[in-house]
Amino acid sequence: MSETLHINWTRCDGRGLCTELLPAVLGRDDWGYPVIRHPGNGDGTNAAIGPDDARAARDAVKLCPKLALSLQAWAEIQ
Amino acid sequence: MDSALWALGRASGIVSLAMFTVTVLLGIVNRSGRPLPAVPRFSVALIHRNISLLATLFLLMHIGSLMLDSYAKLNLVDVFVPFLGSFKPFWQGLGTVAFDLLVAMVLTGLLRHRLGQRTFRAVHWFAYAMWPIALAHSIGNGTNGTERWFLALAAGSFVAVGGALAWRLSLNFLENAKTRQRSLS
Repeated sequence: MSETLHINWTRCDGRGLCTELLPAVLGRDDWGYPVIRHPGNGDGTNAAIGPDDARAARDAVKLCPKLALSLQAWAEIQ
Repeated sequence: MDSALWALGRASGIVSLAMFTVTVLLGIVNRSGRPLPAVPRFSVALIHRNISLLATLFLLMHIGSLMLDSYAKLNLVDVFVPFLGSFKPFWQGLGTVAFDLLVAMVLTGLLRHRLGQRTFRAVHWFAYAMWPIALAHSIGNGTNGTERWFLALAAGSFVAVGGALAWRLSLNFLENAKTRQRSLS
């Protein structure tokens, strides 16, 4: 089952832990903020997470210093 | 048996203090948002958490062995309520204060996702009070507290934490501080 990683931009401070844990999903801009590499439908806030990245995404949610990340089932977004 | 408890109580106290020193240093690195050489950011966060929990275990060993020891005879009230001890109540009380602050930090740390970032952060500031209080307790109450080797260790730790604190308060502490300041001007 694929999931969606939601970035709460109000909380995000660009600390970069998520970009380290999910290098294939998230890049980093000059100010440190995460950038979704392959946004679906131009959505820069919700990143699709494949099964290979599920564990890393869970770690990112747990470790985000600003509690800015959450995981949702893909269906909820559609 | 008794002298073993006494030795364990002293040694575990020293070990936990040293580990809390490392915890504070890693916490400041963690807050800067920077990785260490060969240690990525998420690992700094995990090592900070794990060493702090390990230090807490040593602290529980420190307190537990001195509760069982027939000379120190700590009771449950001494563990949580400061300044009531029978031997050096002030210096022992500092240890109690540090322990109370730590309990608050560990609980809010483990429940960070439920409590929210604001509560976690407010309580986590206690670390800056807890560490010097614990250091003072170790010097004032410790059997080895005023021996030269221990004072050297304490002085080294104090310089390391003081240096980290000075860096913490400097303008370019945050990883992207320069970039973000430039983008404002």
